[in-house]
Amino acid sequence: MSARTAPRREHDAIIVGAGHNGLVAACYLARAGLDVLVLERNPFVGGAAVSRRLYGEFTYSNCSYVCSLLRPEIIRALELPKFGLQIIPYEGGCTMMRDGGHLALYDNHDALRREIGRHSKRDAEAYERYSRDVMRQCKFIKPMLMREPPDPTSFKPRDIAELLFLARRFHGLGERRMADTLRFWTMSAADFLDEYFESEIVKAHFAGSSIIGTALGPRSPGTAYVLLHHYMGDIDDTVGAWGFARGGMGAISNALAASFGASGGRIRADAPVARILVKGGRTRGVVLEDGEELAARLVLSNLDVRRTFLRTMDPQDLPPDFLRQVRNFKIRGSSGKLNIALDGLPRFPAIPPESPCTRGDMHVTDTIEMMERAYDDWKDGRWSRAPYIDMLIPSQIDPTMAPNGKHYMSVFVQYCPYELAEGPWNDTRRRAFGDTVIETIARHSPGFKDLILHAEIRTPWDIENEVGLTEGNIFQGELTMDQLLFNRPIPGYAQYRTPVAGVYLCGSSAHPGGGVMGAPGANAARAVLRDLGRKAAA
Amino acid sequence: MSAAGGVPRYDCIVIGAGHNGLACAALLARAGRGVLVLEAAERIGGAAATREFFPGYRVSAGAHLLHSLSADLRRDLRLDSHGLAAAATHMPTTSLLQGLAPLRIDAQGAGAEAGAYADYEARMRRFAGALAPALERTPPRLGAGRLSDRIELLRLGLRLRRLGRRDLRELLRIGGMNAFDWLNENFGSEPLKGALAFDAVLGTNFGPRSPGTVLTLLYRLAGQRIAGDAGLWQPVGGMGAVCAALAGAASAAGAVVRTATPVERVWIEGDRAVGVVLADGARIGAGTVISSADPKTTLLRLVGARHLDTDFVRRTTHFRARGLAAKLHLALDGVPRFAGLDADGLGGRLLIAPSMRYIEHAYDHAKYGEFSREPVLEITVPSVNDGTLAPPGKHVLSAILQYAPYAAGGGWDLQRPRLLKSAIDSMARFAPGLESQIVAAELLTPPDLERELRITGGHWHHGDLAFDQFFFVRPVPGATQYRSPVAGLFLCGAGSHPGGGVMGIAGRNAAREVLQGRG
Repeated sequence: MSARTAPRREHDAIIVGAGHNGLVAACYLARAGLDVLVLERNPFVGGAAVSRRLYGEFTYSNCSYVCSLLRPEIIRALELPKFGLQIIPYEGGCTMMRDGGHLALYDNHDALRREIGRHSKRDAEAYERYSRDVMRQCKFIKPMLMREPPDPTSFKPRDIAELLFLARRFHGLGERRMADTLRFWTMSAADFLDEYFESEIVKAHFAGSSIIGTALGPRSPGTAYVLLHHYMGDIDDTVGAWGFARGGMGAISNALAASFGASGGRIRADAPVARILVKGGRTRGVVLEDGEELAARLVLSNLDVRRTFLRTMDPQDLPPDFLRQVRNFKIRGSSGKLNIALDGLPRFPAIPPESPCTRGDMHVTDTIEMMERAYDDWKDGRWSRAPYIDMLIPSQIDPTMAPNGKHYMSVFVQYCPYELAEGPWNDTRRRAFGDTVIETIARHSPGFKDLILHAEIRTPWDIENEVGLTEGNIFQGELTMDQLLFNRPIPGYAQYRTPVAGVYLCGSSAHPGGGVMGAPGANAARAVLRDLGRKAAA
Repeated sequence: MSAAGGVPRYDCIVIGAGHNGLACAALLARAGRGVLVLEAAERIGGAAATREFFPGYRVSAGAHLLHSLSADLRRDLRLDSHGLAAAATHMPTTSLLQGLAPLRIDAQGAGAEAGAYADYEARMRRFAGALAPALERTPPRLGAGRLSDRIELLRLGLRLRRLGRRDLRELLRIGGMNAFDWLNENFGSEPLKGALAFDAVLGTNFGPRSPGTVLTLLYRLAGQRIAGDAGLWQPVGGMGAVCAALAGAASAAGAVVRTATPVERVWIEGDRAVGVVLADGARIGAGTVISSADPKTTLLRLVGARHLDTDFVRRTTHFRARGLAAKLHLALDGVPRFAGLDADGLGGRLLIAPSMRYIEHAYDHAKYGEFSREPVLEITVPSVNDGTLAPPGKHVLSAILQYAPYAAGGGWDLQRPRLLKSAIDSMARFAPGLESQIVAAELLTPPDLERELRITGGHWHHGDLAFDQFFFVRPVPGATQYRSPVAGLFLCGAGSHPGGGVMGIAGRNAAREVLQGRG
């Protein structure tokens, strides 16, 4: 790689990619007084947390679509509300079955309990036990989210201290609770839910979050953890609550960018990084695709681990064993997305009119078996013929998302493969995939198709191409046991550092993984500051 | 035996004369305890038995190959002097492939990918070697304040650390992985991956893509280490010979074995097991009762919920124990002619598991209470190695059919003949003319095995081998370390650590716990 110009000015840190984690890391570093430059390939910031105007006056949260996991510590530390972030909690939700039955969801615990009781009295009782157990596990895991996972093979005092911290916490649970934790981390969502509930729709409803973004079915061991992963958010200290970002998911990125700017940081959009430069085992900065060289002492990559090391670094700068592990990192995409502009509010006859149930996420699914069969399709290289759908109409609550009287609908689809068995993705196949989804919704909403003004159909292949997420995996790597905690992304490199001095990972490929959480970015920044001998600004 | 007030009394009563119950009884008797073994069936053996399923044709009616029988146990109880002998050892595995020559996998290698296989084999052996001692010992109890448990935990940690950093990291990574990804990382050949994945899923409720199947594979390999690396082997006279030898050792040490004596319930007085009540109402007293029955049978039926706390009952009820494998026995009037297979191959283990995708598809059907028309099979023709099993010139074929759901849609009465036909058709594709050689056929589905072997769910490991039912939580918290919530009642079956397979370790460890008297 030849440089067009000699580097003029050396930045303290360059961040490759202005996704939410890159921006979170950037904010923390800038607040600690570092000179930080963020480079973004696209003309807009946000990565997969964006609001896009792709049709008329409609705003699409065209990748990620809900806000819950974003750590409250980060929101506070980076003063995001001050920079414009406003999160509006869901008011309800529902799960709709093909036979017209439904489970309405209310944020009021007692109301939800009564609704579950309508399907099964026993399940209403079990729901108490279920929510208590899930919350207990969330409380157990949460302190680990904002910490560096220890290396269990290391004898360094820090690792041993951290291992002891975990061991004590675990030990403190007592035998039965410890066994429960083990169950949570390793069981399948189907087995796990079977132990609480008998009603198919109740089980199917809760199983939804165990498969979102996941290349596993609800019967695969390990999916109970994914379910838990989606419970770990809190809005205004309500654990497990979900909400809309006013103005779409881009509002999060914009608030982060504004916070970063206020600390003196600079973002360059339309600046695709071609290579992270390495000399003598240390980074020197980056070179852009147009040949411009930018010098920096530190480079934090917000790209996933595969893209960082296989596409933006020279293999010769990396240990062969490490490269092999990077190639083996599992990052299969499994989700599709439709963004739909609607001429009016769709009707869902199953849901009581005027209920809050459309003002949150609406799921279309019947049974765990249906979800498992949807996964079987994915395994065979097909999109699910009867997909699991998670849809939202944020414009009901946030009028900035669509023109008056019109609505924006976000439709998340599980499962959709990155590679089709029948051949590469093309317009015909993409349209056929979109039709499958629209038909599925239309079965629950008469007249739905007539309301559609525009639909953006996104397959994992599209997500990779636009956002740069390898294979369109929304978590920057699967959340399986072999890729969590000290194994994430690569055993021995779970502490945000890499084999190249000065290069760090700050994206969701690192612990604790995906979702718009910000924890990997914050943790990576903390690791950088510790290596520099500085403390993070509160 | 002593009798007080007309009730006979022993030091120890062992419920069930399967291999674990007999191993436990033999060791207790050798330590000087007065031991009575009570078996409900007419014959001993449980799931390790030889049975005549058609006049003149005998077959191992449950497990049909040995690969993890504890070498220590075999030596300590001198099982060989009690009649245990090998009809064949280090039996090769051959994968049958449509339109291709069969793929043979043995110590010498595995077809085209011999180099990669040797590396893989060496690494898996190291991992299995590090895990094997954990299989042999009583697992530490979670959250216990006892020093011995902490020491045990520390030993385990140190042993794993001795693997070295690189191996330990790899083990901690792959331990939670699925066989599909792990084998794809190692090999390109679909037939080889299919054959290796088979061992990861045999006897489980998983497909190759289910996370946790590397663990079940390592478990199997660790079992082979415990067996002293004898490979796959077949005892003379079928699996019943193992239990016959164990019973011989037990009797020689003074234990009494009574068959056709079903136990109705554990006799509990106060909060303590003081004996058993038989089906005919007779009572037999004992200082200690040890059950080799599965955990649900022991705890929910023989003890009963009223003696247990609610949380424990709930956990025991949820212990996943539905079998997913059926057993097929064929009496043949000649030697089956598998194409491309020499005599040595025919005397080994044959697999129909041509690719991981094939296995996964078979599993997919089972998830919904169906079975695949393309079943996954482990086939042996034991009469090739052992003439005692069939009349001269005749043969028996014994096959495990993986992925036969416990609850088949439409019921097994309807589905059994269909599954039988699928299995025979599938084998006949590789052994032309097989159908016309069949003199008699028997297919035991999981509910049949449940009935015949008295194992709840018909699962021959007594319960799924999965992280949450493994090691220090097997079978459930409150019943680990071979103990139960009822004082004086111990567990010694495959439902306890280290689980199923004809290993004998659960029986041996339980005996050790009883003798240490830390009730």
